[in-house]
Amino acid sequence: MTSSSSPSSLLFVIVGSNEPLFEVDLQASSQPISDAATRQSYFVLHSALDLVERSASNQMYLKIVDKVNQQQVSTFLTAGNIKLMLLHNVHQNKSEEAIRQFFQDVYELYVKFSMNPFYAYDTPIISEAFDTRVRALGRKYLS
Amino acid sequence: MSRFLSNSTILDRPVGRSQRSAEQNVSLSAFSYLFSEMVQYHQSRVDSVSALEHRLEAAGYGVGLKVLELLAYRARDYTRQTKLMNMLQFVSTTAWKALFGKAADSLEKSIDHADEFMIVDYAPITSTSVSVPADLGGLSVDAYISGIIAGMLQGAGFPARVTAHTVEEGDRKKAVFLVKFAASVMSRDATIIG
Repeated sequence: MTSSSSPSSLLFVIVGSNEPLFEVDLQASSQPISDAATRQSYFVLHSALDLVERSASNQMYLKIVDKVNQQQVSTFLTAGNIKLMLLHNVHQNKSEEAIRQFFQDVYELYVKFSMNPFYAYDTPIISEAFDTRVRALGRKYLS
Repeated sequence: MSRFLSNSTILDRPVGRSQRSAEQNVSLSAFSYLFSEMVQYHQSRVDSVSALEHRLEAAGYGVGLKVLELLAYRARDYTRQTKLMNMLQFVSTTAWKALFGKAADSLEKSIDHADEFMIVDYAPITSTSVSVPADLGGLSVDAYISGIIAGMLQGAGFPARVTAHTVEEGDRKKAVFLVKFAASVMSRDATIIG
């Protein structure tokens, strides 16, 4: 498993109370990421979840909640305790502001999506339209 | 499929700015009609009063979860409630105004139990046009509103048991929503500073 050179990844996950509701890899690169790198990314993301649970801030945007090797996890917590989490690399140098804007737009998208009476709250999101728009936001703010 | 006919989805429409614009309001008669149909639907499928109330609560629960997200978003300040009293204030004022057009009539704390609170409404829209026949005894269709409150509190991380009671006060009746928080909520709230 690579430890000295961390994988350069940009992973966005929405986590509900029990399970991930949505995940997308926002990396624009064409080279495939190795299996080990992907596993490590998910591991870092999920271990950051515990830190989020314990945070007592009343702000929704929690900025960076965990830092492992070169990877950082930024989190945005909605009113209903749904966690929007972004895994990114220090080297990528994403500005705080860009990440915040990204989270705010995805949050708006999420609120609109959950207004659908046929969508059961806290269940996996399988809408294609949602996926396309999140990717577009990723390209707009994070690349 | 309508998807092929129009390109816009729910994700393209605006969320809605404020409660005051006319397009946001639904007529009371439309709501009453829909609600009465829903009650009748459930009534034909259960055989006890408590099962009926349970179903109404479950129906309201989903509404509560979503209303919480919507109202927090509309507030536009990107903050969430972490303290118990603030959350209850949010439910009894902001949420009540958005759902029923006015703030709840009062929010009270129980003297006997530290984990119980009461939200009082003199004329809840779910029961003002409902008459309960004698054989259905203690049925309160306000269970729907209890479900909404419970959904909002659960979503925000304050699990509670909410029940609706009709209380006589002088010559008029009022609906009292009794909110009993889980022990974990009370102990956590004691440790939060601020």
